[in-house]
Amino acid sequence: MGLENNIFESLPDVITVKLDAIVNWARKSSLWPATFGLACCAIEMMNTVSARNDLSRFGAETFRASPRQADVMIVSGRVSRKMAPVVRRIYDQMPEPKWVISMGACATSGGVFDNYAIVQGVDKVVPVDIYVPGCPPRPEMLVHAIMMLQEKIMNESVKDRRDTFEEESRKSIVPGTMPVTEGTALEAKMQNADAKPYSVPSKHEKRRSS
Amino acid sequence: MSVAVENLPGSPEVLDESLDSQMTISMGPQHPSTHGVLRLELVLDGEVVVKTTPDIGYLHTGMEKLFEYKKYQQGIVITDRMDYLNPLGNNLAYVMAAEKLLQIEIPERGQVIRVLMCELQRIASHMVWLGTHALDIGAMSVFFFCFRQREKILNLIEAASGGRMTPSYFRIGGLMMDLPAGFERRTKQFLEDFPAAMEMFETLVTGNTIFQSRTKEVGYISKEDAIDWGLTGPCLRGSGVGLDLRIVNPYTGYENYDFDIPVETDGDVWARFRVRMRELYESEKIVRQALERLKPGPTKADAPKVVLPDRDDMRTHMDSLIHHFLIVAEGFNVPEGEVYLPIEASKGELGVYMKSNGGPKPDRVHFRGPSFVNLSALPDMVEGELIADVVAVIGSLDIVLGEIDR
Amino acid sequence: MNTESLYEFIEALKSENSNWVSDVKDALGEVTVIVPREFIEESCAFLKDNHGFDMLADLCGADRGPEEDPRFEVNYHLFSTTHYKRLRLKVLLTEDEPNVESVTPLWKTANWHERETYDLFGIIFENHPDLRRILLPSDFDGHALRKDYPLRGYEPYSLT
Repeated sequence: MGLENNIFESLPDVITVKLDAIVNWARKSSLWPATFGLACCAIEMMNTVSARNDLSRFGAETFRASPRQADVMIVSGRVSRKMAPVVRRIYDQMPEPKWVISMGACATSGGVFDNYAIVQGVDKVVPVDIYVPGCPPRPEMLVHAIMMLQEKIMNESVKDRRDTFEEESRKSIVPGTMPVTEGTALEAKMQNADAKPYSVPSKHEKRRSS
Repeated sequence: MSVAVENLPGSPEVLDESLDSQMTISMGPQHPSTHGVLRLELVLDGEVVVKTTPDIGYLHTGMEKLFEYKKYQQGIVITDRMDYLNPLGNNLAYVMAAEKLLQIEIPERGQVIRVLMCELQRIASHMVWLGTHALDIGAMSVFFFCFRQREKILNLIEAASGGRMTPSYFRIGGLMMDLPAGFERRTKQFLEDFPAAMEMFETLVTGNTIFQSRTKEVGYISKEDAIDWGLTGPCLRGSGVGLDLRIVNPYTGYENYDFDIPVETDGDVWARFRVRMRELYESEKIVRQALERLKPGPTKADAPKVVLPDRDDMRTHMDSLIHHFLIVAEGFNVPEGEVYLPIEASKGELGVYMKSNGGPKPDRVHFRGPSFVNLSALPDMVEGELIADVVAVIGSLDIVLGEIDR
Repeated sequence: MNTESLYEFIEALKSENSNWVSDVKDALGEVTVIVPREFIEESCAFLKDNHGFDMLADLCGADRGPEEDPRFEVNYHLFSTTHYKRLRLKVLLTEDEPNVESVTPLWKTANWHERETYDLFGIIFENHPDLRRILLPSDFDGHALRKDYPLRGYEPYSLT
C-alpha cells in the first residue's frame, strides 16, 4: 500500500492545475545529467554522486552516457579550443528541455588559464543557466547549483522549449578545431557549405540565464 | 560496412578495403570509460580491434606556456590542476626541481610531512583508479566504497592545506604551514579503518571471478616492450621490472622507510591490478612509519629570500615584512641552470625539466607525465583484443587526461 | 650528487667517435652532453646498445628566444633500468633548419614525445613515422611554446 493509494482515495479523479506547474514539477524532479567530465571538476562531480553527498536525494543521480537521454549538461572543467566544438555538438544532441551548469572557475571564465588553449568561459559556446564558482567547487556547491536550477525550472514556461533542428546544429564548427579524420560524408558536405563560427545561435539561445 | 578508411592517419595499408567487415568507430571524447576526454579511433573487424589511434589534446591547457609567465611560487597552483588525482605529487616534483636549482635543503620534519602527505595522496589516487576501473568492468558498488575512503583522505588534506583537491601544500623551501593540531590523531583513525576497507575490496574485486576473467590475459605487454615504450610505475612493475624511483633514486628521505616494491610478471591487466592493490598496503606502511618519525621541529628551510616568513614574525620583525613583500611582489631570482627531476608519482615517473635563466620566472618547465607515456603504449596492448577489453586496458593504465594534455 | 661515474659513458662516446661530443656540462648533479645534430641517433644507439641506457625517460624541446642562435634545444633524458643512471643529451638547432633525426627506431616511446615537440616548437624530426600535431588541432597556426608566440594566441583563437 503505497502513497499513491492514499492519494487516489482522498482526491477526486480529475484535478485541475496549471500545465506549466505540473510539467515543470515533473521536469525538475528528475533531472538527468549527461556523463560528461572534462577535468578536475569531473572528479568532484563523481563525488557528488557518491555516498557522502548522494545527489539522488534531489532526483539528479541518473547520469546518462548518451546526450540524447540527458537533460542537464554539467560542464565540469576547462574547455579547450579543441573541445569546444565537441561540447557544442553534445549540447545540440541533447533534446529539449535542456539546461547547462557551468561548473567551476575554468568553465565559467577560463579561471587561472588565460591563454591560447582555453575558451574563456563556456558561455561563448553554449548558453549557461547556472554558474558555480570554485576551483573546483565542493560537491555541496554542485548540489546547491542543482537546487537553484530546480528553482529556475519552476519559473519557466513550457512554450519556451522547442527542439533544435539537426541542420542548424550541424553548422557549429569552430575554425581551427577539425577532428583528425575527415569525418562522415555528411559532415564533409556541411563543411564545404558556409561553415560559420560556433557563435551561430540556436533559436532558444535568446533566453538568458536569469 | 565500408568506410572511407584511406583518410586514417598513420599507416593506411593496414586495411584491406575489400574486406567489408572492417569498420572504424570513434570512441570519445565524450565517453564514460575513457576517463576524461580521450578519443580513440578504433578499426574493428567484427568485435576484434585491428588498429587503435589515440587522439589526445582535448584538454590541452597550455600549462607549459603559462609557467613561463608565472613566478616560481605561482606555478605551484598550476601543477595542482595537472594530474588532479595526485596533486601533491605534482607539487612535490615542481618544488623539488626549484629547490634543486636554488640548492635548498628542507628540514627533517618538512620532509617527513611531505612523505606522509604524498603517500596519503597515493592511496586517494589509487582509490579513484580502483573505483573507476571496477566501474568500467561493470562493478558499480566498488565505486561508492572507494570514494568513501577517498573522502576521508580528502578531509585530512583539507585540514592540512585548506583545499580538497587543489591543495598547493608544498611550497618552495618547505610547506605552506605545519600540520594542524589533531592531524596525527585523525590520520591514525583513518589507518584504523583502512585495513577493513582493503579487506572488503579484496573480497569485492580481487576475489570476483567475473573481474578476474575480464582482466586475466588481457592487454598483455612484455617486459622488453614495456621498457621500449617507456612505461613506468605500476604498468612497468606489472610486466616484471622492479623499478621504483623511491628505492633506486630516493628523494625526500624515502631511503629511511621500510617498504617493498610489488612486482608481477604477467604483464596483463590483472597483473597491473595486483601491483596497485599491493601498493596500497605499502603506502599504508609508509604512512604509519612517517607518523612515527614525525618529531617537532621546523618545517621550512632557512632561506629568508625564498621562503615566506611566518605571520607572527611579520608583526614583530621588520626584515620579515620586507622579505614577505619582496617575495610576493617581485619573486626571487633562481640561479641559471637546468634540472630534470623525476619522482615516483602514483602513476609512474613524473619528471620535471626546469630551466632557469636567472630571473624570477622559469625559462622553460616541461612535465614528463607518466600517463602521457603510458597511454602511448595503448595501441600495442589492445591490438587483437575484443572491443570490450579496450576499456579494461584503459582502466588498468590509470590515465588522467589533465596530465596527458597539460 | 656524484657525477664521476657518468664520465665513463662520455669517455666511451668520445673514443667511439670524437665528433659525437661537442661539449659536456656538469651542473647540479646532472651531466649534459651536447651532441651535434647529425650524430644524435648514432650516439643514442651506441649508448642504448653498449651501455644499458634502455629507456628514454623524456624528450623535450626548449626555445631560447628568437634573438639567440642556435635557437632551439632538444633534450634527451636517457635512463637505465639496470644501473639506474641518468644522462642528458642535448642537440642545438638553428631557427632556419630545425631538423633532427628521429630516435623512434630506437625507442617507441619517442614517437609521442617527438610529435609533442613538433607540435609545440615546430622542430622537424626526420624519418618520424607519423609526424602530426598531437595536442593542438591539426589546423592550428603557429607553434605555441615558441617565445615569440603570444600567450593568448592569435585570432580567431583569442575569443576574449
